[in-house]
Amino acid sequence: MNDRSAREGMNRMTYREACRHAIRDALINDARTFLMGEDVGLYGGCYAVSKGLLDEFGPERIRDTPLAEGAFVGAGIGAAMAGLRPIVEIMTCNFSLLALDQIMNNAATIPHMSGGQFAVPLVIRMATGAGRQLAAQHSHSLEGWFAHIPGLKVLAPGTVEDARYMLKAALADPNPVLIFEHIVLYNAEGELDPDVMEVDIARAKMRRPGRDVSILAYGNSLPKALAAAETLAEEGIDAEVVDLRVLRPLDNATIFETVARTRRCVIVDEGWKSGSISAEIAARLSEELFFELDAPIRRICSREAPVPYAAHMEEAALPQTAQIADAARNLVKPR
Amino acid sequence: MPSLGADMESGKLVQWLVKPGSAVKKGDVVAVVETYKGAFEIDIFEDGVVSELCAKEGEELPVGALLARIAAPGEEPAVPAKAAEEEPKVPIKKPAALKPAPAKAAPVPRPSPVPSRGRTKISPVARRRAGELGIDPDMLNGTGIDGSVTLADVELAAAKGMSAKAPSPAAAPAVRRTGFDPDQMRQAIATAMARSKREIPHYYLSSTIDMSRPLAWMEAFNRERRPEERLLPAVLFLKATALALREHPQLNGFWENNRFRPADGIHIGWAIALRGGGLIAPAIHEVDRYALPSLMEALRDLVARARGGGIRGSEMMDPTFTVTSLGERGAESAFGVIYPPQVAIMGFGRTVVRPWVVDGDVTARPLVTASLAADHRASDGHAGGLFLSAVDRFLQEPVSL
Amino acid sequence: MTEAEIRKLASEILSDIAPETDPAALAGGSDIRAALDIDSMDFLNFIIALNKRTGVAIPEEDYPKLFTMDGVVAYLAGSA
Repeated sequence: MNDRSAREGMNRMTYREACRHAIRDALINDARTFLMGEDVGLYGGCYAVSKGLLDEFGPERIRDTPLAEGAFVGAGIGAAMAGLRPIVEIMTCNFSLLALDQIMNNAATIPHMSGGQFAVPLVIRMATGAGRQLAAQHSHSLEGWFAHIPGLKVLAPGTVEDARYMLKAALADPNPVLIFEHIVLYNAEGELDPDVMEVDIARAKMRRPGRDVSILAYGNSLPKALAAAETLAEEGIDAEVVDLRVLRPLDNATIFETVARTRRCVIVDEGWKSGSISAEIAARLSEELFFELDAPIRRICSREAPVPYAAHMEEAALPQTAQIADAARNLVKPR
Repeated sequence: MPSLGADMESGKLVQWLVKPGSAVKKGDVVAVVETYKGAFEIDIFEDGVVSELCAKEGEELPVGALLARIAAPGEEPAVPAKAAEEEPKVPIKKPAALKPAPAKAAPVPRPSPVPSRGRTKISPVARRRAGELGIDPDMLNGTGIDGSVTLADVELAAAKGMSAKAPSPAAAPAVRRTGFDPDQMRQAIATAMARSKREIPHYYLSSTIDMSRPLAWMEAFNRERRPEERLLPAVLFLKATALALREHPQLNGFWENNRFRPADGIHIGWAIALRGGGLIAPAIHEVDRYALPSLMEALRDLVARARGGGIRGSEMMDPTFTVTSLGERGAESAFGVIYPPQVAIMGFGRTVVRPWVVDGDVTARPLVTASLAADHRASDGHAGGLFLSAVDRFLQEPVSL
Repeated sequence: MTEAEIRKLASEILSDIAPETDPAALAGGSDIRAALDIDSMDFLNFIIALNKRTGVAIPEEDYPKLFTMDGVVAYLAGSA
């Protein structure tokens, strides 16, 4: 018992620490792995994820790059094709637009165009999302965009556990994998189950069982969805919360299973509603599950405006717990 | 399961009077259904061949539930034994539920048991499940978002239907007024009348009508005839009311969806007190088209069936106006409570001999007080007054009735 | 037809019209319509049935003579 408590204490960490542990593990376990990106070395990472890693692993494996996303992402693709297992960090996902050509036309495409002769076992980590007053240019949620692209896998860890173990699975995957780490979650703490040493990157995951309505969420919307479910539970509404986790390829089976069971669905997506991953999921549900639905599908997304800087405006622009609870409540017990 | 009045939620299918393969034509009685008001004969609105009996005898079913399927004439009727076994749907092109008054086939519209909301919203799964259960989801009360009919609504309706036990041998249709339950009827009257007074802004008008001319005419008419051919004042009231309604269609119809919908015909519900308490008001259809002797026959038949059993479903479904006549032992006037969704009710009191001024002289005359209670949302007092005058005018010309 | 037969016949007919009552127990002089709570339609049906069963024509103006059981008996016995 004492032994287990001690282990539990050791297993309590922040999402940021979990990301760091994941990178460190990878560096220790595979000599082909290295981390590269802007300010990942001396500065310790814009969000301090890689703090201390330069000291431990040296500049060969913790490489600061110029401010040139196209160049270092391209270099990462080349390294992956040549047999290494690079982890490329893009400071925030808005900068990924500068590397979009590399990601889309090379990383995602080369395995296909080479007829499978070249794999691109590259992992690109990037910070995503809003909520820390970083204003319109640094608050994007572009994971839905990347989830549009065949050839990529797109992950969105919403728990400390996923932050801790998704990287390992991503590096083991022969395809380019993008990991979107939410900037608000870095400070979130969680207890790791000492018996869990890995996670899959294929399935969505039910985080809270329920019967009345399915709330699908990912990233920083997950804790909001769970909080909404707690509110609803006090009102006698039993909401199921499913963590989408893997935005490409979408886990149809899990999504369809939960919605077919509850017959009502609220999708929470910090991206803008138009053309979002929530739009894709809603479309699939209506295509495949139409005759199981007992209510219209609802989506809670960010306001369709550049994310505001002012705290109260930013809060108003993002999906919030009360909105999620309202939407779910209205589907189950309309007034 | 037809709605035999706005207050009916479910009914028990007591007996099938047809079998799969039976040819039926409009108006044929095909089944007996029992509600707390008693047993009713369910007549059909379409010609065709019974292809499948979906409801079982003894089953309690919600209003709108599928009772049977009718193949249109000339269509290949489904073979019922196989239809039950085969998973794929039997290819009946035009399955017609025995539900009352489909707009195209029925002579008149039927007040729906729930306030009409235009197109009923039904969730996809509710619609699918309703199809599996043979329930018409359009007839259910939606509790879902935007008033939509949800799976739970369908399952609830099904559960109510499923709870019926096997028919007891005593529940044969020939039994007089089976199912009549005074307590339940009291409850239903309470609900309907409370709703009426809560929702309908009634206005009341009355006129005293000199009955000497019509009664003298009727006595002369009756004198030459055997008792079964004789008329009662009630038919004069009925016919005069029907003719007046022709001139004032804004009193003949339904208040639905926040607007008045005029009825297609004049189907007057005749309030009949039941022995043992309660009342029902089944309709005589197209009253304005009857000659008095046949109207008398229809009325006598209706009253006999109301008290003895055998009222048709179609007679309960679609009254467009109600008349209550207190008869020779009743009170002098009756200000009725409108039966929703109708918009007016006419009351005739007891005919009394009273002093009356004719051409400046006071003289004894038989007088009746005719009263109108009408929905002020649908009509105004001026129209109501003209209507009462018209009733009087028609009564004064009994030959023209 | 004896008076007893007439009384029995009238009671039978009224039993059909007002099944939950016992017309045979009616006081001879009481108003049938009030005692059995029957309306003008019921009363007409009573007259129709009496007419059919006895063959006695009962003109409308004579209806008041048949409002009591004694009246019915007297009327039909006198007409037979």
